[in-house]
Amino acid sequence: MTQALKEDLVPPRIGAPAPPATNKVPGAHATGKRVGAIAIGAGLIVVILVQLLPFYVALTTALKAKADLSSQWLFPMVGLYWGNFVTAISDGNILQAIGNSAIVTLFSTALVCALGALAAYPLARRQTTLNRAVLLLIIGLIMIPPLSILVPLYSMLNQLHAINSYWGIILVMTTAQLPLSIFLYSSFMRSLPVAVEEAAVMDGANLFQLLFWVVFPMLKPVTATVIILTGVAIWNDFALSVYVLTDPAVKTIAPAIGAFFATQSSNLGAAAAASIMGFVPVLIAYLFLQRYFIRGMVAGAEK
Amino acid sequence: MTQATALASLSRRKSGKTGLRLRGGWRINLLYVPALLLFAVFTVYPLVSGIGFSFTDWDGYSPGRAFVALQNYLRLFQDATFRLVLLNTFIYGIGSTILQQVLGLALAVALDRPFRGRSAARAIIYLPVLVSPVIMGTMYYLLFQYNQGALNDLVVLFGGHRVAWLSDQATAVVIIVVVNSLQFVGISMIIYLAGLQSIPTTYYEAAMLDGAGAWQRFTGITIPLLQPAFATSIVLNLIGGLKLFDMIKVMTGGGPGYTTNSVSTLIGVTYFANQSAGYASAMGVVLFIIIAIFTLSLNALMNRRRLEQQ
Repeated sequence: MTQALKEDLVPPRIGAPAPPATNKVPGAHATGKRVGAIAIGAGLIVVILVQLLPFYVALTTALKAKADLSSQWLFPMVGLYWGNFVTAISDGNILQAIGNSAIVTLFSTALVCALGALAAYPLARRQTTLNRAVLLLIIGLIMIPPLSILVPLYSMLNQLHAINSYWGIILVMTTAQLPLSIFLYSSFMRSLPVAVEEAAVMDGANLFQLLFWVVFPMLKPVTATVIILTGVAIWNDFALSVYVLTDPAVKTIAPAIGAFFATQSSNLGAAAAASIMGFVPVLIAYLFLQRYFIRGMVAGAEK
Repeated sequence: MTQATALASLSRRKSGKTGLRLRGGWRINLLYVPALLLFAVFTVYPLVSGIGFSFTDWDGYSPGRAFVALQNYLRLFQDATFRLVLLNTFIYGIGSTILQQVLGLALAVALDRPFRGRSAARAIIYLPVLVSPVIMGTMYYLLFQYNQGALNDLVVLFGGHRVAWLSDQATAVVIIVVVNSLQFVGISMIIYLAGLQSIPTTYYEAAMLDGAGAWQRFTGITIPLLQPAFATSIVLNLIGGLKLFDMIKVMTGGGPGYTTNSVSTLIGVTYFANQSAGYASAMGVVLFIIIAIFTLSLNALMNRRRLEQQ
């Protein structure tokens, strides 16, 4: 695992590397420093162990049969028991839920990128009073907590027969993630030089050619950020999905695990197995695309 | 974190028309019409009709509903359950925010100096951010569980009696705050790490030449220059904590009774289980107003401080 984790969480420090205080007088001061370093190291190890503990406990619980009452601290001694994963798949529909999540995340993320980039272009390049107001309004939408519009949204989706449909949840997820995408695309576009587009217009490019041949190819870095932020948010969504998707045939992973957990409170092993299967896809994506994950998050934070 | 940045730009205004001269003029604005249509149908219309529902006694399924003026809002003020849930919501929001800033900043400072295994440490601390809170909550539930939970095994090992961690209101609320903070502390850590990278090392060198100790350098240089990072991280954590939903649903289901609900989870229960859609709508309006007030006033505060410093 450590091999994939490169030193790219944060861009390199500006200026010279931090000088350690070696030019100071050694002696009492140096031992104080060493004690401090040991304390910091110990604290870090504690935090890391605490962060790993729930994953470890889930693993030991998932790999033991229900009759095995040994402590969660202990790894199964008598051999690994896979029955809990079988239960999670057969009773909890976890594999189907992963498939549903893949469908919903794929289509929603594609829509968020496409509609976001299109919408951002006039907002970035034609900054009239109207367009500045539109952008502010869109950014303001980020503030609306999803649950605050649960009642009207649910009753509207119900009238549209969109409950338990892919298209319903895809449109809801797309709308929820679109404001952030428009903000990211428009700030990125504003940082691009206008000269390239002006040259294309001078050469007689129409709007379609300008967008697809000139502007969109320049958007790859910000698109990676949008895909990661949107993809993770939609894959993990529970607050709206749990109400919009109630049929096991269309349930995505978070509501599926929530429902399975609620019915399996006496069968903790199966609940643990379902949880592990639910985050493995994200874990794999994180390991392979870690560079992009962190860069995307940092890029957002630094704006 | 980008959400907070986006929100921060709400109050930032630039003047003067800039940009590209395009043929077609205003017609280029048609490009944002599809997005606006989605917002109109799935956000603005529900928001407005939700305000409408909040003035009725609608039960959520029957076609009829009567106008009851402000009755739902008056009921909110008299409802002891709602008062407790409102208090919980503030505890979830403010408690998580404080915990995440303290721990996130400490981790960022500790992980700023290079050492072996640093990137692995950062990656592990950040990992839970990417896991669905439903899954984190399920795994933490196993840990706090009464009969087989790892924590109670420790308690017994040291001669204590098993504790029903999640059956007591106060304990459960604290546990949810801690667990939510641990899950998302990676976000604050990354924001502060990025902030620390942007502080030129020459400042520290100059301070060391002047004989400033480590603590003095921290309070005199690091803290003031991290101001933008504080703003981003605090706004983001506060919004996340105030609308907390998933973790509560999985860890306690809002129980015992209604006592660990947040406004978000109570809206779902009021709408579906209690079939009081009008009352639930009023809660939704209140939740929206709370988050709007917090976000806008924090933004205003941060922007004023930024202006004063310039």
